[in-house]
Amino acid sequence: MTLLTSKRAPRAQAKTHKIRGKVHLREHLMGWLFVGPFGIVFLAFLIAPLAYALYLSLFKKQLIGGTSFVFLDNYTKAFTDPSFLSGAWFVLRFSLVAIPLQIVIALAMALILDAVTSLFARFSRLMIFLPYAIPTVIGAVMWGFLYSRSFGPLSDVFGLFGAEAPDFLSSNLIFYGLLNITTWQWAGYYMIILYAALQGIEPTLYEAARMDGAGKWQIAVRIKIPLIAPALILILVFSLIGTLQFFNEPQILRYLAAGTIGTDFTPNMYAYQQAFALANFNYGSAISFALGGVVFICVYAFLFITRKRRSFL
Amino acid sequence: MKRRRILAAATALVAASGLVACSSDGDGGGTDASNCTNKITKTDLPVVTMWAWYPNMQLVVDNFNKQNTEVQVCWTNVGQGGDEYDKFQTAISAGTGAPDVIMIEMDRIPNFQIQNAIVDIKKYGFDAVKANYSEGSWKDVSVGDAVYGVPVDGGPMGMIYRKDIFDKYGITPPKTWPEYEQAAQKVKDAGGPQFGDLGANVPAVMMALQIQKGASPFAYDPAQPKSIGVKMNDQGSKDVLDYWGGLAKKGLVGTQDQFTPEYISGVINGKYATYISAAWAPGYLTGAGVGQGQDTGKFAVAPLPQWDTANPVQVNWGGSSFAVTKQAKKPELAAKAAYGLYADKESLTDGWTNQVIFPLNLTALNSPEFVDLKVKFFGGQQANKEVYVPASNAYKGMTYSPFGQYYFDAMTKQISEVIKGSVTGSQAADRLQEDVAKYAKEQGFTVQ
Repeated sequence: MTLLTSKRAPRAQAKTHKIRGKVHLREHLMGWLFVGPFGIVFLAFLIAPLAYALYLSLFKKQLIGGTSFVFLDNYTKAFTDPSFLSGAWFVLRFSLVAIPLQIVIALAMALILDAVTSLFARFSRLMIFLPYAIPTVIGAVMWGFLYSRSFGPLSDVFGLFGAEAPDFLSSNLIFYGLLNITTWQWAGYYMIILYAALQGIEPTLYEAARMDGAGKWQIAVRIKIPLIAPALILILVFSLIGTLQFFNEPQILRYLAAGTIGTDFTPNMYAYQQAFALANFNYGSAISFALGGVVFICVYAFLFITRKRRSFL
Repeated sequence: MKRRRILAAATALVAASGLVACSSDGDGGGTDASNCTNKITKTDLPVVTMWAWYPNMQLVVDNFNKQNTEVQVCWTNVGQGGDEYDKFQTAISAGTGAPDVIMIEMDRIPNFQIQNAIVDIKKYGFDAVKANYSEGSWKDVSVGDAVYGVPVDGGPMGMIYRKDIFDKYGITPPKTWPEYEQAAQKVKDAGGPQFGDLGANVPAVMMALQIQKGASPFAYDPAQPKSIGVKMNDQGSKDVLDYWGGLAKKGLVGTQDQFTPEYISGVINGKYATYISAAWAPGYLTGAGVGQGQDTGKFAVAPLPQWDTANPVQVNWGGSSFAVTKQAKKPELAAKAAYGLYADKESLTDGWTNQVIFPLNLTALNSPEFVDLKVKFFGGQQANKEVYVPASNAYKGMTYSPFGQYYFDAMTKQISEVIKGSVTGSQAADRLQEDVAKYAKEQGFTVQ
């Protein structure tokens, strides 16, 4: 069409220009119609609540004195609030331990399952993935019972050696108790992503490597892992965001150990407590956005460090 | 590329803020009259909605609806205690979604009163039922002269104990707290179980025990709503926290959260010799499977140990009331339901025979059947006559705060620190004082 119009006389050109304009407009409209349904849902259910929460976070509500506009005071308060800071510090520490652990386990399992092709491997794949199919709430309740020292299996196992079972819900060990639950839940899911990425590698590469004298170990380390690096980074970002927003598991275990897991155990729990138990939606929103800021910084820093290896973002 | 990176990070930010999206969807539920748990047969009458969690509430509502010719109650159980308050709180903030009548523990009344979420029901037939409850009961549901709830059940406290353990180690029920510790030491030295439990998740017990030693955590006069007295580090409060922290440190009591399967299984297995609890506890324990089978009748109850036997102080844990919410469209009808529910003989008798409630309605509280009841859980002991009724009669009522939720959360935190051993009881009391006073100031109060 562009070829045709360029060869026409000026007058005709002007006319086609008009027609083109109409076509353009129609195309525009069609485009908007296609995007419309998504756009409306996106605006109504994501942008509007976010904007409203941001708006709320700029106000302060007191039992005495009512609501007043305070601009960024809530954020200043959040970043000097020991409850928020200790919660944020906890999830950061937790991320630093939990994410590498989960990914190393997932990677090891994916490499093994990729190398072994037996019926047992397929069965194991399903079993390792299974915990992810269990809702986090049920998983947390289940572990809460397994950790019990009076009717869980721990006391039996430790009893065999004449030792007293550790209390994974005590303040000393809750970190490891939660670490175990999240690893159990998520390692299988990450394993599936990595496994799928491994399946996508061209097998001729392995053949070429073998021709060059590479062993299984070298193939895994030199070929497989570098080629699935984008998938590794993807799950790292997923797990980083997920862990910083830690909520479900500690909130459920609170019913069993309210003393160990305070209402400000993680920033998300603190936001929930402020909004729904103390009716302070304003400060709750501010904490959520402040947490969003922390997540933003962490993810941005991570993506910056790994910028050469990325291909998905 | 750079823009994409920012976009990606922005997506992460959006995802992280996902939680705030929840804050705008008001958790209604329960206000729709077609959603009742009970069945309303008189469909031509006006309906008021209600939230409550008494275990026998179905029967109570049915009794009320059967007897009443003006109004019918549509009841739902939206959760116990904190779960219900969170929903109510959300409905208050949203301005819609609350029921007409709501069950509230008495210590939470000022909390909702200050938010103007519940209404004074004095003008809706208070005089007709005034004589049915004691002065102390009315005090607990009032803020100043205004009445915000109808008392239903109370929680006079006592010391529940296992007779078999006491007999085995040759112990008689301790009358004072020092005796309690001595007995605990004696049982421990003989290789026996723990004597009691210090649960971080039951701050109301710690509060009651502190009040017993003269503490008065809050002073609040609704005539001067802007000022509040906060006093949590007085000598009495410190002594009681030190006392329990000491017991925990010496291994004389457990440090398990209560109302958990872990704790209940401990109670069933005889892991704790005593349970410092309220009059509704036998019903709760029975429901949880305690005191059944071969354990039948192993439990007994004695009056709460005292600090000063010459001047005994009785305290209270729990106890609930029915309040009318601001969102009720016809408050006079809602008040009729609040006054009438759980006030008929049939419901009350069912409540106290099953030990679901310790009734505050004087027609039940003073009835010989109730007072002389031989309680099965306590192996036929006349627990009401010996312990709970005198405790209830001696209870003087107390002043609750408009931010009870925060206070209890802060208390839980400090008890947990004491259990961990990172602070002493006295230090915990000081920290609690600082924490709660700071919160009160943030909320706009003048703290005295």
